[in-house]
Amino acid sequence: MNLSFLVLSIFVALMIVLPLYRVVVGPTAFDRVIAAGLIGTNGMLLLAIIGFIYERIDMFIDLAMVYALLNFVGTIATGKYLERRREGSL
Amino acid sequence: MTVLAIILLVCGVFFLTVSSIGVVRLPDFYTRIHAVGKSETLGAMLVLAGLAVYNGFEISSGKLVIMLVFVFVANPTATHAIGRAALRSGLQPWVRKTGKKSAQEK
Repeated sequence: MNLSFLVLSIFVALMIVLPLYRVVVGPTAFDRVIAAGLIGTNGMLLLAIIGFIYERIDMFIDLAMVYALLNFVGTIATGKYLERRREGSL
Repeated sequence: MTVLAIILLVCGVFFLTVSSIGVVRLPDFYTRIHAVGKSETLGAMLVLAGLAVYNGFEISSGKLVIMLVFVFVANPTATHAIGRAALRSGLQPWVRKTGKKSAQEK
């Protein structure tokens, strides 16, 4: 089952690489924020799976929880910041 | 129990794949938040549920379920906040280039 979690973590890491394209070449700032949130959620899942690989889930689950909270707060704060900007400065 | 966990994990990775490909391939911001808001939430919830089922009845499974509920609430909320910010800052939705006349006139 350890090898299965390794394969699963490789797939989730591949799903981190794909939205990185949208972070780099996204036309607007909102695309970059959305893709960064997607990367954050996938990174949270990857942390939980890494906890199962090393069989220390009781430690890694707290890290994943804090990562999810910070990802949510960062996305909300960036949205409130970008809402105040004017139209031409995208 | 392990079979159920494997089924949940494979379904979750499938939805994560759909979400990532949607973010890369879709033409507009308002269509990309469609991919992030629904598929990503369902994929993350399925992966966390699969991990919780595999872990068994422990306190770590309880924390995984708490994370599942948090993702279920927070991910669409963040997506909605970004979408509203984009709409209020004047980002125009994508229309088809050779569309009908009603899409061009405004």
